[in-house]
Amino acid sequence: MVRSMHWTPPGDRPAGGCCPVRYLAPRHASRVLAGWFLIFGGMGLSSGMARVSAADPHHGITQVRFINEQVAAGWADANLQPAAPATEEEWCRRVHLDLIGRIPSVAELDAYLAGSSETRRVDLVNHLLGEEMVDEYARNWTDIWTTVLIGRDTENERVNRSGMRQWLRRVLAKNIPYDAFVTELVTATGVNKSGQKGFNGATNFLSGKLDENGVQATAKTAQVFLGMQVQCTQCHNHPFNKGKQNQFWEFNAFFRQSRALRRFDGTRDIQAMELVDEDFAGEGSGGKADEAELFYELRNGQVKVAFPVFVDGTAISKSGYLPGALEDGTAYGVNRRGELAKLIVTSPLMPKALVNRIWGHFFGFGFTRPIDDLGEHNPPSHPELLDGLADRFREQSLDVKELMRWIVLSRPYGLSSRTTKGNAKDDPFVGEQPRFSHFYLRQMRPEELYQSLLTATEADRVGGDGDGPAERGEAAARRKDEWLSQFIIAFGTDEGDEATTFNGSIPQVLMMFNGDLVKAATAVGKGGFLDRVARSNDKNAGKIDMLYRAALARRPTAREVKVANQMMTARKGDAAAALQDIWWAVLNSNEFIINH
Amino acid sequence: MNPFPAAGASRIAAPRFMVPTGMSRRHFASHLAGAAALAGPATAFTNTLLANASDLRKRHKAAILLWMGGGPSTMDIWDLKPGAATGGPFRPISTSADGVQISEYMPLMAKQMHHMSIVRSMSTREADHMRGRYYMHTGYVPNPNVEHPSYGAVIAHELAAQVPDLEVPPFVSVGSGSVGPGFLGMTWAPFVVDTNGNVRNLDMGIDPARMTQRLEMLATIEKGFIGEKRGGAAEDHAKVLDKTVKILKSQQMDAFKVMQEPKEVQDRYGATGFGRGCLMARRLVEIGVPFVEVDLGGWDNHADIFPTLKDRKLPELDQAMSALIADLADRGLLDDTAVIWMGEFSRTPNINGNAGRDHWARSWSVVVGGAGFKRGVVVGETSSDGKEVTSEPYASQDVMASVLKSLGISLETTFTAKNGRPMKIANAGKVIKELFV
Repeated sequence: MVRSMHWTPPGDRPAGGCCPVRYLAPRHASRVLAGWFLIFGGMGLSSGMARVSAADPHHGITQVRFINEQVAAGWADANLQPAAPATEEEWCRRVHLDLIGRIPSVAELDAYLAGSSETRRVDLVNHLLGEEMVDEYARNWTDIWTTVLIGRDTENERVNRSGMRQWLRRVLAKNIPYDAFVTELVTATGVNKSGQKGFNGATNFLSGKLDENGVQATAKTAQVFLGMQVQCTQCHNHPFNKGKQNQFWEFNAFFRQSRALRRFDGTRDIQAMELVDEDFAGEGSGGKADEAELFYELRNGQVKVAFPVFVDGTAISKSGYLPGALEDGTAYGVNRRGELAKLIVTSPLMPKALVNRIWGHFFGFGFTRPIDDLGEHNPPSHPELLDGLADRFREQSLDVKELMRWIVLSRPYGLSSRTTKGNAKDDPFVGEQPRFSHFYLRQMRPEELYQSLLTATEADRVGGDGDGPAERGEAAARRKDEWLSQFIIAFGTDEGDEATTFNGSIPQVLMMFNGDLVKAATAVGKGGFLDRVARSNDKNAGKIDMLYRAALARRPTAREVKVANQMMTARKGDAAAALQDIWWAVLNSNEFIINH
Repeated sequence: MNPFPAAGASRIAAPRFMVPTGMSRRHFASHLAGAAALAGPATAFTNTLLANASDLRKRHKAAILLWMGGGPSTMDIWDLKPGAATGGPFRPISTSADGVQISEYMPLMAKQMHHMSIVRSMSTREADHMRGRYYMHTGYVPNPNVEHPSYGAVIAHELAAQVPDLEVPPFVSVGSGSVGPGFLGMTWAPFVVDTNGNVRNLDMGIDPARMTQRLEMLATIEKGFIGEKRGGAAEDHAKVLDKTVKILKSQQMDAFKVMQEPKEVQDRYGATGFGRGCLMARRLVEIGVPFVEVDLGGWDNHADIFPTLKDRKLPELDQAMSALIADLADRGLLDDTAVIWMGEFSRTPNINGNAGRDHWARSWSVVVGGAGFKRGVVVGETSSDGKEVTSEPYASQDVMASVLKSLGISLETTFTAKNGRPMKIANAGKVIKELFV
């Protein structure tokens, strides 16, 4: 947890939050426009069609216009002046980090800057979301979704991280619609480990969460896909929101046909898990599967019965039998997880939860804190924008890449992180509601740092194993896991709660100072990046320039050049050693590790 | 050369960002004799090391939190109910404190209970792990408006001035992440180490003079980025760099090396992670660290609780905790060191269908001792089935207020949260008066 994310709810804010009369007009206008977009939003231009003047801040995309106007209305309400646009170099670095999880190489930066100023932003986004970069896109979002779905714990033997990743890489590369993505995860059956008969990597989402009657499966499914925090209501009615204990167990009932079977390899170690659906006979002594109930206990000891009911009150058949047919052809039974998936993907909560998650990814803050708690007790900062984007996302066939395209091409995403008097008070880190009037600093995720170091230093070029792309992807992912494990802290609970020390604290700085990865990155090995810079025909100034652009996507300042030259002198003409020192300093800087 | 000249009236204070002055830890010992030849700051550094450890020890207060992650069943440890349907199979035994009984599977602690006191009347509402963890560490329930500082951050913040020569971070968390510094800022974040005391990546691997030059270069970039007023994260990074550099050159880091302790001492604490953590806590308190948290997880016993406690959890706890308290007392440290034992909540009096106990916050116990606490007493009581507190109930903030009082920290202290709101220390909890003479 880098920073927990909290802000002051609207009703609890100091004076000054009131809307002055002169600001009513734009706000009103945006509502009217929003109505129009609900009608025409579905006709939004898709990727390749947008070729418009840079003078058009919306790039000709109606959904981008919607974001721009909604966020600008919030600035007006809060009396904020937005920051200046980010520099082209900053924007290029930012969009690489956020879409494909690493900084741009010098060549990529140069190619971007060489493009037409009218079209290069759209072109770059199309490139990063397109076929050419699909492996990198899938790698980045596999990292992100793996953490969301199964955490960072590499020790849990009921979960196969490789299996999870293989599935994610495949569906993310295909950019399958989000409802299909959710359905596959919620209904998965099969074996969780690659290479085994009946392999289905999607089973890893639930394979470690079905113990103790699937309590974790219940909590996590509601949290991840519906933005509902229900874990407290397992034992009691929620003290702060409308969550009731019966809702938890009625949701839990959807998982009662599911079992995660351990498969052993002849020793006591688990070889793989198999997720299966079986008839559920109910918990009663009668075992009447036609009405397969479960029991839960109120705090006062009273025992209650629950059957599958979705969070919106929709009940399904009480039968615990899986679908089948009698000899006379009469159909009976129901697949409870299958029904649950149908209810989730048609729920209005699903696109809202995803929009909030994706927005939070690109801006550092979602519309609610935490991003996966969307209940009435936790009002969003921009309700119309959240609802409107969710609607447009659904209209766009739940195409996640399209949603990302709208966000990164929006005006707020393109603002500088340099604050001014007019927007410094827009600071969610001190508890204010985010207004997105400047770009909020955030430290790279550990996976982003790892990948960025590889990009900037080409450290992975040495000793490549030459396997096929998929194999190399998984082998690389395992190396990354190993590196990450030094930061993981488990909290010793059954729910697998965890945190990381990759949070700007001393261990992280020590890793950057002296760790193997940075040692390798600053080594002057043959064929590596530093070696090539050192051997190039450029003058020293040009070499220093190269290092700055590779790591920070900018040229050094006069003062930085001066200090770098002192370093050259100190190394007594050993240019390679001096470059090593400069490179170490650049990679260790706040500017490198902070997405800005 | 000072890479960070004074910031003047700038809103952003320039980080001190100390550059090491010519000595790596590894080289230190071999160069000790030549230390006088080093420039000013190095001399100051040397003087620090020459300061007598026993002088330090007399001057400073400290606290050790034994954190029981997962929520231990306190009615099987500190508040037994033999004969009740909820009581479970464990029997109580008498202890070195008059009239105080604890579990038969805590025989070593039974000999130390005259140093400790049990509060049996805890009654809280947070029975979710992460919420309970936050609440018991901060005295506040999670709140969407503000992130509160944990025990370690508060105590380190209040006591760090007592130990100006301390180079090790003032808040150390062994084996777990504790809870963060909240609005007090990353300067007060826990320094997390594993129970072997290994601090990774401490070896610079290059010549110290060259490291110094690298750090000067780094400071130039760091400062430039901060000057662009992009937000607090830029400056936070520089502050942590400063602390890291301090560590790199500090011989105090040896306190983490529990393996340097005589074998018979190590044996007393037990060859377990928690045992090593407790031993490390004593070593850290000795050199002046104001707050150490040691984690023992695995108390989330929803199933088969009794064999788990009897065969695994309680023996590990009993040996390490008793050794720590006896050791602190023997060395004269206990009178200045508060020891707190607690988890995020306890477990249901009712035994569930899996022979386990579930989450329960309504009636449970914590244990405190040392520093200014009255020892060997029991505060409060629960009903015969353990389901209700039958005396005045206490909550997280009351324990926190009592711990702060035992350390001589004023309960009138008020912090200012990042949003400008005043925050009373320990959430204005009330001192548990029975814990003080």
